Amino acid sequence: MSSRDAILGRIRAANAGQPVPSAASAYRTGLGLSHADTVALFASRIADYRVAVERVEDESGIAAAASARLALRGIATLVVPADLPAAWLPPGVAISRDGDQDPRALDRIAGVMGGCALAIAETGSIVLDSGPRQGRRAMTLLPDYYLCVVLAAQIVGSVPRAIAELAPMVRGARRPITFISGPSATSDIELDRVEGVHGPRTLDVLLVG
Amino acid sequence: MTVGQGGFEAGAPAFPAAAHDELRNAQLRRNIRRATTTIRAKTARVIAELPDWEALRLAGEAIKRGAMHGLDRHLLQLEAMVTRAGGQVHWAEDAAEANRIVIGIAQGHGARSVIKVKSMTTDEIGLNHAFEAAGIRPFETDLADMIVQLAHDKPSHILVPAIHRNRAEIRGLFLREMGLTELSDEPRALTAAARRYLREKFLDTGVAISGANFAIAETGSVGVVESEGNGRMCLTLPDVLISIMGIEKVLPLWADLGVFLQLLPRASTGERMNPYTSAWTGVRPGDGPREFHLVLLDNGRSRILADAAARDTLHCIRCSRCLNVCPVYERTGGHAYKSMYQGPIGAILTPQLRGPGEADSLPFASSLCGACYEACPVRINIPAVLVHLRGEVVRARQATALGRLGTENLAMQAALAMFERPRLMAAAVSAGRLAQRPLQRGDILPRLPGPLSGWTATRDFPALPAQSFRAWWKARA
Repeated sequence: MSSRDAILGRIRAANAGQPVPSAASAYRTGLGLSHADTVALFASRIADYRVAVERVEDESGIAAAASARLALRGIATLVVPADLPAAWLPPGVAISRDGDQDPRALDRIAGVMGGCALAIAETGSIVLDSGPRQGRRAMTLLPDYYLCVVLAAQIVGSVPRAIAELAPMVRGARRPITFISGPSATSDIELDRVEGVHGPRTLDVLLVG
Repeated sequence: MTVGQGGFEAGAPAFPAAAHDELRNAQLRRNIRRATTTIRAKTARVIAELPDWEALRLAGEAIKRGAMHGLDRHLLQLEAMVTRAGGQVHWAEDAAEANRIVIGIAQGHGARSVIKVKSMTTDEIGLNHAFEAAGIRPFETDLADMIVQLAHDKPSHILVPAIHRNRAEIRGLFLREMGLTELSDEPRALTAAARRYLREKFLDTGVAISGANFAIAETGSVGVVESEGNGRMCLTLPDVLISIMGIEKVLPLWADLGVFLQLLPRASTGERMNPYTSAWTGVRPGDGPREFHLVLLDNGRSRILADAAARDTLHCIRCSRCLNVCPVYERTGGHAYKSMYQGPIGAILTPQLRGPGEADSLPFASSLCGACYEACPVRINIPAVLVHLRGEVVRARQATALGRLGTENLAMQAALAMFERPRLMAAAVSAGRLAQRPLQRGDILPRLPGPLSGWTATRDFPALPAQSFRAWWKARA
């Protein structure tokens, strides 16, 4: 008998005669906030992770705001997704488009700028699904600085709402999903929190709209 | 150490003896107390923020019950969906088979080293030792796991495994192991040194090993919840990814994540959300590993499932909140449990994973105060399972001649006979009242004689009062 059959056989024997459990009870899926309040909550929650959030009126303000952020952080080389709108590109930095660079090439680039799939207000999270304006997973991981553009319309209230919106991307396109909540962090040494371990050590957010 | 069954220590001392040694370590006790107190406060704060925490716990419990009840179906669906998405699924009955599968894949790619994401399951199967025996060097990439590995040490907490080490020790370790000449002992500097050291490994190593916090049957997605980004590095950069998960980690639906991605970070690190969570579905061309293997591990889990009184143990999501609220763990620390699974959940999980007759002092390593049950985000009734497992240990002892004739069993049998017969009870109480006179100090008997002295070695025995309740009741009527 294969291990697969042996394991499945033992599971079936263990479950034989066990009562059918009751279905999961209801839990909260919405926050009951207006969209404006949801956006404000996102801005304050992501700021709790010591992320700098800058609000811009509309998409026409992205390039200039990004340029100022990069100058402030001293970022001279930038990688962006292949499909990032040209109007978003900040002037004044050397930009390469994400393509088939190997990890070492990405590692040599100082910063990355891209969009997201959605964002979650209650937890201050950004969610990537390798969809439009996001690039490959390695691109948002190796550079030490990450500037993420979040459109106000992309912000949902709660985690269950985000999971529901991501479902078609996972079921159909089988896209990889990454939740990002602040810069990477560790408390492994004497419980002292250090922000920035292996991922980008600095995360800035441009909140549009 | 001796490697026993998988990664468990063979012939480890019983909990009371091990705890006795650990209690002498003042540094360990200080560190553990600080860790548990700090994390307790953080979890309490973020849990209080959610108006529906209890509803989420109930939902988490119900989802896990459903997942276990249909486990065969969910695993088959998971296998089908992972395969459809370009991944390969392997089934391992025990630690040895899982190690064989993983090492075979790594050898097939000519790997001389592998990088690893923190994984309790690979600790459980002793994968690192198996790798070393096969001439492949495993690099732990979680900061604490790396510290434990470099120091040839043991983890002392599920969430912060190196909490027993201080910064000076870690500095010395890094200087020696990373070949550095200068390094400050600031956690920020130590973390930066680890970043530089590991970045090269991330960029150079072709095979990565991970565990899994969950896998979704409906979609074939596998997930890792982490803080440092070493997980994302391992899951994204190497050509080959091998993930090892216990069969109980499967969740039926993608929507179930809406519950568990709220419960886990808040109960574990006390964050609204942990910095990084990755969920991948098979292989995605041009983005991440070209080859993905999922190893489904039983290693005693189906046996736990067959025990109706203990099967909820399998609902554990490894948040470690029960450790942080446990008065026993807070004093002894993690090493006394002689297992990668410590604290209250370790006290029920380790003996069950190892099987009858092993680690059977652990179900007694609790005061049954119930704090763990109250704290558990999926409502595992740990005290009830502890009592059940204690019963198993006693029944196993009674099945041997030595156990039947032991003081404990004889005393308990005598008590049983007495409690069943009121006349015998009254006679025994009268006799006892006379017999206790030379031993009595006020209301207590500080020291019982002979074989009963074991009972009073760590506690007083209450003296029989001058008048029993039954006598008082009779006199009143």
